[in-house]
Amino acid sequence: MIASGVAGRRITDEVAQFATLVGSDDPVAVEGNRTRWDAGGPATGSPRIVKAPAGVVQYQPDEMTVKVLAGTTVAELDRALAGEGQRTALPQRGGTVGGALAVGENHPHTLAVGALRTAVLKVTYVSADGKIVSGGGATVKNVSGFDIPRLIVGSLGTLGCIAEVILRTNPIPAVSRWFHTLADPFAIYNELLAPAAVFWDGSATWLLLEGHEVDVDHQASVAAGIGELTPVDGPPDEPGLHRWSLPPGELQATMTKLEGPALASIGVGTIWATEPQPERPLSPAVEAIHDRMKTFFDPDRRLNPGRHPGRR
Amino acid sequence: MSALGRAGLLGSVRKRVSDFRPGHDAPTSPDDRLMADLRTALAPERVQFDSAGRSLHSKDASVFKGGVAGPTCFPITTAEVQAISRIAAEHGRAMVPRGAGTGLAGGAIPLGAPVVVALTKMNNILEVDVDNRIAWVEPGVINLDLTRHLTPLGYHFAPDPSSQQVCTIGGNVANNSGGPHCLAYGVTNAHVQAMEVVLPDGQVAMLGGLDPEPAGLDLRGVFVGSEGTLGICTKVAVRITRNRPAVKTLLLSFKTISDAANTVSGIIASGIVPAALEVMDQKITVAVENYVHAGYPRDAGAVLLAEVDGLAAGVAVDAAGIAAIGRANGALEIREAATEEERALLWKGRKTAFGAIAQIAPDYYLHDTVVPRSELANVLAKVYEIADRFDLLVMNVFHAGDGNLHPLLLFDARDEGVLDRVHAAGKEIVEASLDAGGVLSGEHGIGVEKQAYMGRMFSDNDLDHQDRLRKAFDPTCRANPGKVIPMGHSCADIQALRRVPTGVWG
Ligand SMILES: Cc1cc2nc3c(=O)[nH]c(=O)nc-3n(C[C@H](O)[C@H](O)[C@H](O)COP(=O)(O)OP(=O)(O)OC[C@H]3O[C@@H](n4cnc5c(N)ncnc54)[C@H](O)[C@@H]3O)c2cc1C
Repeated sequence: MIASGVAGRRITDEVAQFATLVGSDDPVAVEGNRTRWDAGGPATGSPRIVKAPAGVVQYQPDEMTVKVLAGTTVAELDRALAGEGQRTALPQRGGTVGGALAVGENHPHTLAVGALRTAVLKVTYVSADGKIVSGGGATVKNVSGFDIPRLIVGSLGTLGCIAEVILRTNPIPAVSRWFHTLADPFAIYNELLAPAAVFWDGSATWLLLEGHEVDVDHQASVAAGIGELTPVDGPPDEPGLHRWSLPPGELQATMTKLEGPALASIGVGTIWATEPQPERPLSPAVEAIHDRMKTFFDPDRRLNPGRHPGRR
Repeated sequence: MSALGRAGLLGSVRKRVSDFRPGHDAPTSPDDRLMADLRTALAPERVQFDSAGRSLHSKDASVFKGGVAGPTCFPITTAEVQAISRIAAEHGRAMVPRGAGTGLAGGAIPLGAPVVVALTKMNNILEVDVDNRIAWVEPGVINLDLTRHLTPLGYHFAPDPSSQQVCTIGGNVANNSGGPHCLAYGVTNAHVQAMEVVLPDGQVAMLGGLDPEPAGLDLRGVFVGSEGTLGICTKVAVRITRNRPAVKTLLLSFKTISDAANTVSGIIASGIVPAALEVMDQKITVAVENYVHAGYPRDAGAVLLAEVDGLAAGVAVDAAGIAAIGRANGALEIREAATEEERALLWKGRKTAFGAIAQIAPDYYLHDTVVPRSELANVLAKVYEIADRFDLLVMNVFHAGDGNLHPLLLFDARDEGVLDRVHAAGKEIVEASLDAGGVLSGEHGIGVEKQAYMGRMFSDNDLDHQDRLRKAFDPTCRANPGKVIPMGHSCADIQALRRVPTGVWG
């Protein structure tokens, strides 16, 4: 542990070593578990491959925060938190914490766990010139300075290599139950106060209810009033490789147009499908900010070359 | 608002701000060419440069002085905001966006006679889109007006700052504002889906989107909380939240404030996520009780206002859980609001706390730091010790559930030397919070108030990267220069402030 002049700043040995590893000269790409290796375009220019350090550094269940090194798998993090009845907004797909944050995809149960981008309270990363940089703060509420954590989530490692984060945790509800129904998923979503997930494949609906047992029972009876409910173990597997992001109000129309099997997350706007979503180009003004951001954070374009936030 | 401590507090800060003004107080010159150009873009009566307006627009609700407003424009369309940006750029002038001016960190205070862009006339609720659970609003819409508009539809806008009757959604976005009910629902950032902004170069950009994972960097998330330094927000899609069918509000009283703080930690640790957890110490409770007669106990060392909402059965379970944790921590009395009127009265007490203190002292300074919840009791003990040592009256009313302290220092600015003591005590409070693992601000922002402390929380590298982020939006530092990042770290800011032609200083 090296203490610096900044209040509460402790740089762990692992982070310091990662900074040395990333260095400041040659092109580098950060590897997690390669579950989303081609997100934002394939790595180009044969970069040196580096891995972020792993391990849960400090878990404070009473504060609902956890400090974790970026190379930790989400599965390992989930195990550590489950011991105290907690979870995060990070999706579990076999990848690492740093990878999940760099890619920026939400948990399938976003309605219940919150958007991924709200999960990071503080981020520490290695900059293009090999320095250790932090943004955000350790507390669950904070508006001190510019919101670097928001910038880093979803940036595909192109602005800095994520080394360590402090994440917000949430309590795991007392009861979680899945149901299958043929009822209209939009009616279900609108009638229930707070469903944890409503998935629809175009004909059948899967409903996740969470909370106090009394509330889950009540919500289930409301949903049963719309259409017959059958308890099931879980939803079907996500069909296809592709993930669409749409305004929730456009789900119905889009689902009718898709050819192959698809699953829509009602109220959220995600569709998992066999065909890719058409490219969503950035506007020129937004593209210009992206270009300047890259130039200011990584003038030599050595961090994760080939990746472009916003490309599928 | 009348109770705000606007007296000439913090002389040293005033000096720091005025360091960026020319050394002499040159007479005011209306800057005719700039005014004339602005008046080609906007109806002439919406471009103002009268001394009363300039004086009003040189301040916000903070104690900071030293602002100098240039012409104030009241645009009504995005195109007008664009035109103002272009004209300001042609004249080498910066711009400062302004909502209701209720900010407490000096964010809306104009430094270096920029063009003030007051968004208060862009106050239309454009669309409520229930399918997407959002509302498109203009930035000048008053926070509470939006919730009132949504009530018949069964929705509300979740961020509820105590200033919600007057502050604007644009100001909420720029400051990432919070409020008592942000404990369960999240602060403003969690409630902004997309927004239209006029960038400092006059281009219009749409940031974010109504879809869950918009393409590209999260520039929407970066803009929220940027205190007007990345551009001007001209339209926002805010999330609307379903009203809860059941709500229970509990008043728990305690012998000491540590008992209340420990109850708060215990509730959070138990896995209950209350809608709100607010603590008031004895002094503020008595002041509030004298003011609104809400039925708060005057003899308790502290009271905790706890609210749970959701479905009726679960709400009852959580309310019972909170009461049990309160009893285990020595609660003297636990009362559940029996009627909607009683509940409203309890909240009225909490929300008018700042009005109540006007009876006690003419001036106040409201601090805003966050500490880990487990440190609440320790840091509060330090806050009382610090105030004692500087011979100042302190009261505490705060968002306990997320560790957000609001120590309120009360004084009479006419007392010889009191300002120095207020300043010194404030510094120690901020440092005690940081030393306990906390942060500089939970909801008021940095503005000019806490710039000097940024180096206590962030390293030079950290600040340098914040500055890069800022310049990616605003390469020439035209948007609200001189805020947030300490001066030494952002040379272009200083240039922007110095480039102001002589003769415009008021
Ligand atoms: C009595 C009182 C109680 C308060 N309680 C709370 C509370 O509970 N929680 C809380 O978080 N805050 C609270 N505040 C602080 C303040 O009300 C909030 O920060 C509020 O969101 C500011 O809104 P405003 O419209 O007054 O903005 P202003 O003060 O006018 O501006 C604030 C900042 O936003 C920028 N800005 C304004 N409009 C725009 C725009 N359209 N685009 C870009 N930037 C813009 C300004 O440049 C400035 O930096 C309180 C203040 C008072 C006086």
